[in-house]
Amino acid sequence: MVRKNIASQLWASVLVNAVYAMENYPIMLINTLLAPLSIFVIIVLVSHGGLLSVGIVGALVMTMITAGVGLQGDLSHLKNDMKLQDMVVSSPTSSLVYVAGMGLSELVFASPVIILLAVLATVYVHPTLMQTVTIMGVMALTFVFSIVLGFILSTLTTDVVQSWGFSGAVGVVLSTLPPVYYPISYIPMPFQYIAYISPTTYAAQIAQSAIGFTSVPAANLAVDWGVLIAVCAALVVLAIKKARWREP
Amino acid sequence: MDGIVCKGISKTYDGRNYALKGVSLSFPSRGIIALIGRNGAGKTTLVRILATQLMPSGGKAYINGVDVVKEPARVRDMIAIVPQEARAIPWLSPYQTVFSYLLYRGFGYGEARKRVKEALRKLGLGHQENKLNRMLSGGTKRKVMVATVLSSGAKVIFLDEPTTGLDPISRADLWNLLNALKKEYLIFLTTHYLEEAEHLADRIGIIEEGRLLAIGSMDELRKKVGHQYSIRVTQATRPKAFAGMRTTKIDGGHQLMTSERKAFEITNRLVRERVRFSTNPISLEDIFYHFARRQITEENGEGEEW
Repeated sequence: MVRKNIASQLWASVLVNAVYAMENYPIMLINTLLAPLSIFVIIVLVSHGGLLSVGIVGALVMTMITAGVGLQGDLSHLKNDMKLQDMVVSSPTSSLVYVAGMGLSELVFASPVIILLAVLATVYVHPTLMQTVTIMGVMALTFVFSIVLGFILSTLTTDVVQSWGFSGAVGVVLSTLPPVYYPISYIPMPFQYIAYISPTTYAAQIAQSAIGFTSVPAANLAVDWGVLIAVCAALVVLAIKKARWREP
Repeated sequence: MDGIVCKGISKTYDGRNYALKGVSLSFPSRGIIALIGRNGAGKTTLVRILATQLMPSGGKAYINGVDVVKEPARVRDMIAIVPQEARAIPWLSPYQTVFSYLLYRGFGYGEARKRVKEALRKLGLGHQENKLNRMLSGGTKRKVMVATVLSSGAKVIFLDEPTTGLDPISRADLWNLLNALKKEYLIFLTTHYLEEAEHLADRIGIIEEGRLLAIGSMDELRKKVGHQYSIRVTQATRPKAFAGMRTTKIDGGHQLMTSERKAFEITNRLVRERVRFSTNPISLEDIFYHFARRQITEENGEGEEW
């Protein structure tokens, strides 16, 4: 019997879904850089640089959302079209390790844009250690809920067309509705409530407050953190229930 | 007991319609067992249950003595599968495909590298190891998939319709390969190509509408049918030589299955009648139709046709 190397099992997903994809299809690398940066550039140009700092932080949060949406599509594709998941189910890899590896692969895939945005943040935002830690915390929670949501949705899809449908819907809720690249006050009042449907809004509010772009009362910030943590916890519980490695 | 043992495996998704109905079989730890049947007969359902991807609704299954339902993790250490419609990921090379699969199985980098080289060499893919899968022919892509499972060290391998869509040459290549491998592995193969099962398998199971109708070697199946020879005439009218015997209509003509001694007498009569005919030892196709048709006629309440 082979001694199972969990690091190898995690790394397998990173290789398949990120490293080899970028190595063999360099266009993927360009795409991963362009997607989150395009809105950022438009926002900065339209605001004549006024939203530069919030745009950088917003792009960092959005990169985490993109990872989750990407994971949903990638898991669906590898499960339904390639049957990779069936091969992995009948192997010593556990469901948790497989999903964690795939999540990690999305992070590796996003790493070029994260590095670029981190450099921009260092140059233009000059965050303190506390601000950096806060932004990283927000990014981590956003990554967790978007990845877990992506995984849950991937279990519901049976083909790639369905997967596109989910990606579109999730994209609207997590990235179009919420004010990630600008403050929520820019949205006219009755519509602000719609933005609060999305957990990304709470993440963006914390990040914007952390860099001092908006002033949010401490009680509101606590609510923002609470919502974000609660959404993550609820989705993780749902995913654990949903993650049946063997079909009933 | 080593090998595969199924005892009364059944599967239903809604409690009324059964994808599998009490399938029982056993097979030793080396050789090829082929399951044949039409689309939707239950072949893939049985494979998925044995490969720990699907829970059975009833019955027991063991691989090398380990319970598939109760101890899936132990079973997964011993098995590997190429599922139906599995594809070599187009953005990977054969080397990367096999290497990443070995990492999924928990091998360290060094051991995985050694095994990839060995598996690709065994399958004659060494010279194409760095080409992208999307550049390879259909047959070569299938070989890559087979290489992944062979490299794993798993001794029980499931191949669900491995040659579907392959051209005859690629299929023959894969047959040669599987024939060479059956001394070392237990290969559980599903196919709807009857000649594939006949050519490769040590034991053949015939599955129809979720029921295992018969299982055995070709000789055993022939004995179960009770006939050794098949005589076919192409004309629409039934020849006099077949008078009083059970025949079946096939391809616009008639087929009679009979013993070796009677086949000699009947063919002499057909010659005298000047009827065009062909006679052959019964093939797996004859056996399959024998059992499959009997199943259908029994279910329709029409009794045995033969």
